[in-house]
Amino acid sequence: MLEQIDLSTVNWARAQFALTAMYHWIFVPLTLGLTFLCAFFETIYVKTGKEEWKELTKFWMKLFGINFAIGVATGIILEFEFGTNWANYSWMVGDIFGAPLAIEGIVAFFLEATFFAVMFFGWNRVSKKFHLFSTWMVAIGSNLSALWILVANGWMQFPTGMAFNPDTARFEMKNFFEVVFSPYAISKFTHATTSGFVLSSLFVIAIASYYLAKRRHMLMAKRSIIVASVFGLIASLMLAFTGDEAAFIDAKHQPMKLAAMEGLWDGTTDAPIVAFGIVNGMKEPGDFQDPFVVEFKIPGLLSLLANREPGSFVPGINDLVFGNKEQGITGVEEMVKKGKLAVKYLDEYKKAKKKGDLSAASSVLSEFNKYKDFLGYGHLRSSKEAVPPVSITFYSFHIMAAVGTGIILIFFLFLFYSVRGNIETATWLYPIGIIFFILAFVAGEAGWVVAEVGRQPWAIQGLLPVSVARTDIAPVNVKLTFFMFLATFTLLLIAEIRIMLKQIQIGPKEVN
Amino acid sequence: MFGNLDLATLQKLWWLLASVVGSLFLFLNFVQGGQTLIWQLGKSEREKSLIINSIGRKWELTFTTLVLFGGALFAAFPKFYATSFGGAYWVWIAILFTFIVQAVSFEYRKKPDNLFGPTVYEAFLFINGTVGILLIGTAVGTFFTGSNFVLNEYNLVKWTNPLRGLEAAQNIFNVSLGLFLVFNARVLGALYLLNNIDFTGMDEFKKRTRNAVFSNFIAALPFLLIVLIGLLTMDGFGVDPATGTVSMVSFKYLKNLIEMPIVLLILLAGLGLVIFSVYSARFQNKDNGIWFAGLGTVLVGLAVFSTAGYNNTPFYPSKVDLQSSLTIFNASSSHYTLTAMTYVALIIPVVLAYIAYVWKQMDSQKLKAEELEGPEAGENY
Repeated sequence: MLEQIDLSTVNWARAQFALTAMYHWIFVPLTLGLTFLCAFFETIYVKTGKEEWKELTKFWMKLFGINFAIGVATGIILEFEFGTNWANYSWMVGDIFGAPLAIEGIVAFFLEATFFAVMFFGWNRVSKKFHLFSTWMVAIGSNLSALWILVANGWMQFPTGMAFNPDTARFEMKNFFEVVFSPYAISKFTHATTSGFVLSSLFVIAIASYYLAKRRHMLMAKRSIIVASVFGLIASLMLAFTGDEAAFIDAKHQPMKLAAMEGLWDGTTDAPIVAFGIVNGMKEPGDFQDPFVVEFKIPGLLSLLANREPGSFVPGINDLVFGNKEQGITGVEEMVKKGKLAVKYLDEYKKAKKKGDLSAASSVLSEFNKYKDFLGYGHLRSSKEAVPPVSITFYSFHIMAAVGTGIILIFFLFLFYSVRGNIETATWLYPIGIIFFILAFVAGEAGWVVAEVGRQPWAIQGLLPVSVARTDIAPVNVKLTFFMFLATFTLLLIAEIRIMLKQIQIGPKEVN
Repeated sequence: MFGNLDLATLQKLWWLLASVVGSLFLFLNFVQGGQTLIWQLGKSEREKSLIINSIGRKWELTFTTLVLFGGALFAAFPKFYATSFGGAYWVWIAILFTFIVQAVSFEYRKKPDNLFGPTVYEAFLFINGTVGILLIGTAVGTFFTGSNFVLNEYNLVKWTNPLRGLEAAQNIFNVSLGLFLVFNARVLGALYLLNNIDFTGMDEFKKRTRNAVFSNFIAALPFLLIVLIGLLTMDGFGVDPATGTVSMVSFKYLKNLIEMPIVLLILLAGLGLVIFSVYSARFQNKDNGIWFAGLGTVLVGLAVFSTAGYNNTPFYPSKVDLQSSLTIFNASSSHYTLTAMTYVALIIPVVLAYIAYVWKQMDSQKLKAEELEGPEAGENY
């Protein structure tokens, strides 16, 4: 199974997945939230019957449409990339992973695709109420699609509801509901969608702030800000709550990721949170270098957040690599040894079966079963390979958390001044709104970096490393497609931004 | 309920479901066909605009059907997904590229400051409708002519041709199937436009569209003949149901049609419907041919996929190692997954029902040029 691995194919495939996922995530959060905002705006229009609200809805819908198209373009690649770049993955876990992708198509994409046409071209073709219904269906459809793809992603983080079948050499689903309702699926869905709501609310606030600063479309801008800041404030509080939940389950199921997020090398009770720090990028497992060049710590907070128990023990990277008997932690070193046995017995089982020696096959199989839980570790070349890139994970996590906290205050301020009725004079707030919109983009991407880089080298946590999951293909192919995607997506992004800016400059139609 | 079905039944059922989705995609290719007719039929900006807005309101349905086709194959036949996408790498990448550029083109073409100008976006649409469909047809052709791969004992794929799938375009049968689909899509596109656009005061434009139905059908015929003759005469891949051994069988696909007369009937009915709709559009001045040709295309698709996958036939055969060939039985998901997915599939009628309802609501009035030029013009493509 582990023939000569050409690591550069793996790394180009990883880079390509990161590229497409990060491009996709530029557009998706706006889709997730803007649909709901459009649905809110249109609901107010239908309730009040006022034309201004209709024009306001149409304006935001237009921006939504521009963004939606490129979201679709980047999305199709992600689905098929599992096949093209991760063929072994597709076979080995397709029995579980394929289902949510198909369900996403059946229950979500068709809702979006069908009602999208009504939303944009149905104003004079269907009744007012049916149009409103369609807008809500697009909102629900896009968020349902997020649900299913995040169920799939949650399963990659925390594989559950399945078992390894040595005859087919793949993992097979045993419990659909365990997959769908796994704590990771729920956590990923709530955290990612609320982050989309937050970003979209900031998008509306940023553009409305621009109009206020330019003294254009004042009424429309103020109305947009009120709706967006209420939605944004609620969403940002939920975002913080779901973020805390995400860290809590990471502590349980992905302790290595949590340790990397906080740059914690040696586990400790009363573990601190690093409020700010510069990571020593040279540090390796088992050495005696300082983990940080500079650090400001808040004592005890990590123990509280990770285990919800003050003073509790939080394992560090070294504990997880080398084991910690005192705390009952089996190290990666130990697991790699057991994993190598699993790989060896699986191979012998295959050979015995091929020869038709059933009794040998059955005795080897029982040996394999003793070690099968460590099969994934058997593919690692060393225990150090199980450590994700600490610096990237640490910085991404801290940027995300800092921006996320600040955003709550921004929504509060916009709402406060809107309710007091003097948002028009709070000109100092406008640039802050625009800056935080950009920061929120960075934070959203950083969040995905934490989630995905923080669990390297695993394609499926603990079961399947990326080096095995890849397609058997020469690196030049993947390298070439990487640059093709990079060029295409970049050009399309530039086109999208230019079109968007032009539409913002044109602005909504004023109703007399 | 479905848990009691045996694995083979579920595998056959899922091949049918995937075939239905794939065949619906071929019908919805009227969007792609229409995309290739923009320059040919649209002599003025107004005509171009009508074509683009007519098919543009359906592009996402086609796109989504393609995505679902991929998703359904992934869920039900993951070994195919892994083998074909990972193996025939460049064919799929090329197809995907044409769909990336399609996805933005309707929305961006007419918007100011769109970086490339409208002609480039129209070219993207053209490429998607020609190269994209041609390659999809070529890929489907390999269901009959075979591919170059070997699976090891862990079922992991090794592709033995450095062209990684593009070599399929060296086979005349595969390419003919692709070209047939391209011209059939153009027939469907022209038929769709005939039915969807209000041509009042644009007789020339209507005549051009009507002629396009016929001329593209004539262009499709030689490729259809090559495909049919090829299919009925070629040696095919067969599986011995007792041992699972794959071997070459002479006249395999002809035998499939004879041994599954219903499939033969579906194929003939499908072809008949397409011919009838072209005839009625050209010689009887009928505008509603899209429905007959659409149904006909779905039936032809079903017959093609059935011939490829049923009656002890490997649907994704390997030329270089017959025993690596994929059948619906050795490439499928587990009994549990297929059962779970079958429950999910119960929602499909609901999905089809709301699509049909919305389609009817939106298309009950034909698309008028005034709608694209009036005060609401900014909303359109």
